[in-house]
Amino acid sequence: MTALAHTAGAGTHAGGPAPGQGRRRGGIAAYLLLLPGALWLVLFFLLPLIQLFAVSLQSGFPGYPGYYYRDVNAGNYLTAITQFAGHFGRSLLYAGLATFFAFVLAYPLAYAMAFKAGRWRNVMMIAVIAPFFTSFILRTIAWRQILADEGPVARVLNTLHLLPGGRITETWVAVVAGLTYNFLPFMVLPIYASLERADPKVIEAGGDLYANGFTTFRTVTLPVSLPGVIAGTLLTFIPAAGDYVNAELLGSDRSTKMVGNVIESQFFRVLGGFPVAAALSFTLMALILAMVFVYVRRFGTEELL
Amino acid sequence: MALFSTGSSGFRRAQGDLHLEAVTKEFAAFTAVDDLSLTVPRGSFFALLGPSGCGKTTTLRMVAGLEQPTRGRVLIGDTDLTGSRPYERPVNTVFQSYALFPHLTIRDNVAFGPKRRGDADAARSAEDALELVQMSAMAGRKPAQLSGGQQQRVALARALVNRPEVLLLDEPLGALDLKLRRQMQVELKRIQTEVGLTFIHVTHDQEEAMTMADTVAVMNAGRIEQMGHPEELYDLPRTSFVANFVGQSNLGTGRITGADGHDLVVEVAGTTVRIPRDRSAVTSGPIMFGVRPEKVRISTEQPAGAGNDVKATVMDVSFTGVATQFLVTVPSGAVWGVYEQNLDVERNTIRPGDAVWLGWDSGHAFGVEADEASAEEARVAS
Repeated sequence: MTALAHTAGAGTHAGGPAPGQGRRRGGIAAYLLLLPGALWLVLFFLLPLIQLFAVSLQSGFPGYPGYYYRDVNAGNYLTAITQFAGHFGRSLLYAGLATFFAFVLAYPLAYAMAFKAGRWRNVMMIAVIAPFFTSFILRTIAWRQILADEGPVARVLNTLHLLPGGRITETWVAVVAGLTYNFLPFMVLPIYASLERADPKVIEAGGDLYANGFTTFRTVTLPVSLPGVIAGTLLTFIPAAGDYVNAELLGSDRSTKMVGNVIESQFFRVLGGFPVAAALSFTLMALILAMVFVYVRRFGTEELL
Repeated sequence: MALFSTGSSGFRRAQGDLHLEAVTKEFAAFTAVDDLSLTVPRGSFFALLGPSGCGKTTTLRMVAGLEQPTRGRVLIGDTDLTGSRPYERPVNTVFQSYALFPHLTIRDNVAFGPKRRGDADAARSAEDALELVQMSAMAGRKPAQLSGGQQQRVALARALVNRPEVLLLDEPLGALDLKLRRQMQVELKRIQTEVGLTFIHVTHDQEEAMTMADTVAVMNAGRIEQMGHPEELYDLPRTSFVANFVGQSNLGTGRITGADGHDLVVEVAGTTVRIPRDRSAVTSGPIMFGVRPEKVRISTEQPAGAGNDVKATVMDVSFTGVATQFLVTVPSGAVWGVYEQNLDVERNTIRPGDAVWLGWDSGHAFGVEADEASAEEARVAS
């Protein structure tokens, strides 16, 4: 392609600077600009990833827990999948629920910011971003106070007899609530960006062409903002599926552990758990990649693929 | 209206002329449209012409239902549409920015309206409409893959396909280059004649309005200044704004001093000129005299016995091929334009600085109310 452009350029623009040549110089500059980032990625992402993959296939020395030898031991994957299938399922379920709730909360908010906020738009934007000024851990610990047995939410619900188990913390509800809260801005911002960029006249055109308010939303506004919705769901689902902080701080030790918690404990608390932890990490990655691929194929736009 | 109903349950079937009755639209501290009444006969090509901010687009949006009037009524035939939503009206708009649905193909864009109205043959109707604007070949593409002119045709097809009682065009040719604009003007006129729908075309381009419309309404500051056939508007402007906005006019403020038969005698900066009484909007007191540049003849000798002549000094001569345009200073100090067709074999010998005589047939003169401010406004806007 580049070569073709080069010859064509040299043929037709003999007098002036050949555009093909300019493009080639631009190409070198582009590669030079990419170099630091590429080096960083190779050094701190690609090499560790290869190392992690190697670890996931290691075997432990029998009788010497914590010592390994290089091997091609797919048994680690078998252990990871069979023993922790429940955790995988829970991770995907919690992440899915959090993504759904984040979407339900974020879309009206983003819509209001884009179309109804007027001069309050910037205030709302700051309100969405402001939580980032506090540590993620700190905010999650704060949720522990909010949802605590003696906290305001649990008390009110208990008084109304709306809380069957009597508590919120140590349940999946708290974990999903924490995940939803923590990743909400990643859902709001892309949706807002795509709605804000939409031409209001396009939405008016829906009304002009016999679609009432709801039909216009369903057939015009929502599809027009779909790239933002897809970006938002990916930015929420992917980190939420791998998260372990919310389950650790808000969930129970037994019934709400996610894959992230298992990986953490296999790495740091279980002697000889390294290969299984690595296998768990790779399995999670493969699962998410597969799901994202199917999802983007199904709903995605040209902008994402 | 049920939240989950699709289609257009509140659709109003209405037929006939479009009537605006004493329509006013106020925004906060600004009156965009001021007590405007208007009738557009069914099947006519009607143009709303005016400078930006004159209220023409707001008027259009009130007909579409995209804005509601503060006061007054919008009717089609006997059906009062005031207060109804855009999707309930038998009216469609071609937006200035085209506003095509970016996520739909051209075919689906055009089929959108018919589908919403439950037309079982939406696809077929869409194909026909695309045929009409010669865009059938592009049916499978997305709007982003089309040029401005092509998008414009699609926007037109998307509105036409619904066979609305009134089709609104909001400066639809504004974004096109000159050549394409001329081509689309002819095409729009052809399509309108072919489909026989009422077209209301909003534009600030007087030439565009004049070439296409049966009736032109010139708007200024939320009101209609004058309405009529293009030739009528050009030949006999009734306000100084129209005199300047529709074509160019040579104007001079003066005073009516008497009458002579069918003519009014007017004194303008020491020169006596005549205006036929039926071509003047005022009959006594101060008046603004006007004559179109192409009606004025220029010569180096005083015209014999005309009585309508002014001595002037040439400031600028520009040769444009078919014609020569002169800018001259008249005794009042005003700058007039003179447009002479190059019909003669001899070349023009008049040069800047020359003293010349201007003459015209007094039957071409017109008189409007003396109003320097609005004349100036129109000069700037046009």
